[in-house]
Amino acid sequence: MNPQVESHGDHISKQFNSELEDVKNQLLEMGGAVEQQLADALVSMTSADTSIAADVLVQEDVIDAMEIKIDEECNLILARRQPAASDLRLVLTIIKTVRDLERIGDESSKIARMAIKLAEEGDYHEGMVEFRHLGDRVARMVNLTLDAFARYDVKSALEIAHDDLVVDNEYGSAMRSLITYMMEDPRSISRMLNLLWALRALERIGDHAKNISEHVIYLVKGLDVRHAPLANIADQILESD
Amino acid sequence: MNDKSSEQTQDAPSSTMKMDVSAVLGDKTKTGGEALSSCIDIESLNLFYSKDKQALIDINLTIPKQRVTAFIGPSGCGKSSLLRCFNRMNDLVDDCVIEGLVSLDGRDIYQKSVDVADLRRRVGMVFQKPNPFPKSIYENVAYGLRIQGINSKRVLDEAVEESLSAAALWDEVKDRLNDSALGLSGGQQQRLVIARTIAVEPEVLLLDEPASALDPISTLKIEELINELKTDYTIVIVTHNMQQAARVSDFTAFMYMGNMVEFDSTNSIFTNPRQKQTEDYITGRYG
Repeated sequence: MNPQVESHGDHISKQFNSELEDVKNQLLEMGGAVEQQLADALVSMTSADTSIAADVLVQEDVIDAMEIKIDEECNLILARRQPAASDLRLVLTIIKTVRDLERIGDESSKIARMAIKLAEEGDYHEGMVEFRHLGDRVARMVNLTLDAFARYDVKSALEIAHDDLVVDNEYGSAMRSLITYMMEDPRSISRMLNLLWALRALERIGDHAKNISEHVIYLVKGLDVRHAPLANIADQILESD
Repeated sequence: MNDKSSEQTQDAPSSTMKMDVSAVLGDKTKTGGEALSSCIDIESLNLFYSKDKQALIDINLTIPKQRVTAFIGPSGCGKSSLLRCFNRMNDLVDDCVIEGLVSLDGRDIYQKSVDVADLRRRVGMVFQKPNPFPKSIYENVAYGLRIQGINSKRVLDEAVEESLSAAALWDEVKDRLNDSALGLSGGQQQRLVIARTIAVEPEVLLLDEPASALDPISTLKIEELINELKTDYTIVIVTHNMQQAARVSDFTAFMYMGNMVEFDSTNSIFTNPRQKQTEDYITGRYG
């Protein structure tokens, strides 16, 4: 029944078309920048490269500026166009997604800071397997979620929400491994605690990616699926088709 | 009214509308948690202005009591024609043929036994352009009561004050009730017309573009008034201003080419309409 959102063009006002298109593109651009931040943060951690980590910290300001600019443009669209239905949902989705992206950027910076600390403490390798594993999974989630947004793809948004459960499990088991390392060698505790912070940041990034995928479901289907169990979400989506 | 309507019937799923309406009015999440009773029931309504000019095509709709229902749609889609069916204003149009059932509180208003003057007292109407009589403010409001044969000054005084207060005009005109109504501003005139309509204690108020000739402040006053009046009256409003429909109504019906395309709670229509035609219209995509 629900008319599927496919594009936000075709308004009588061409200006409105280009405003929506423009703000959407800016969001995707910001998404790309955030993805790069995360990738760099992961590299800085796994290869103990402090110069890349420093770049990540510098780049954070650029992302913050993007957040403010996109928010401003959404404000203007709300004030001047009073969008309705799918247009309204697009603007609301962008406003919410921008927040989650900015947080992903923040968490990436946290990882970069931890990378600098760990590098200063010298060579390390315990826990890195766990970190790399979780990092790759989370980076893939962020990539897919932006893709789902760009293509209004509810199916893959739903898969991402599913991935978050896997991330949470892996985070739990990584934490257990770190505890084991700490018990085996108490001298590693301070290093492991830093690593723990970085893992925690990854887990949070997974949550933000999941949030964005929920925004995509809202954008396309008009369903608010936050805080709903996954099985229910799938049912609701089927029902609305 | 529009001669393309018959070709367009297949576009709109009007056959499913009846089920939709009862589903909407039965859904407590859409009615604010209250059970609604129906005020006007429309069943399989067709309206022809001439043999090949069908203005309304198989309309099925229920107007809930003491709620504001808005009709939106592009010019010539049949909103006003439908509204005018509710107090038989179309009787005044030559060659206008109406088929189907319109009932007010369960009684068919097109039966021969219905007193049309009484029907129009129960179903009052306000038009786009304020149309006060060239009389004093007082006499405008008292007019409907006088033709009912009420002449007691005490009763009239009370009714005039009550109606003007209900129409949020009393404070502005209480010191000049005997001045000509034509000296009021457009917004005041429109509120005066509303006061004149509610003086005869109708059950339903039909508002046909009541604010489209008014400035933004007067428009807001009328909208505020609609909100206050809905506790006592069932209100049906036709408007070209979609934001106005979004602001004042509880339910919205979208019409296109004589068809009822979608009826739903205003919240649903403006955030997540089910029909693509509705979506296209309210987001400004109709070319």
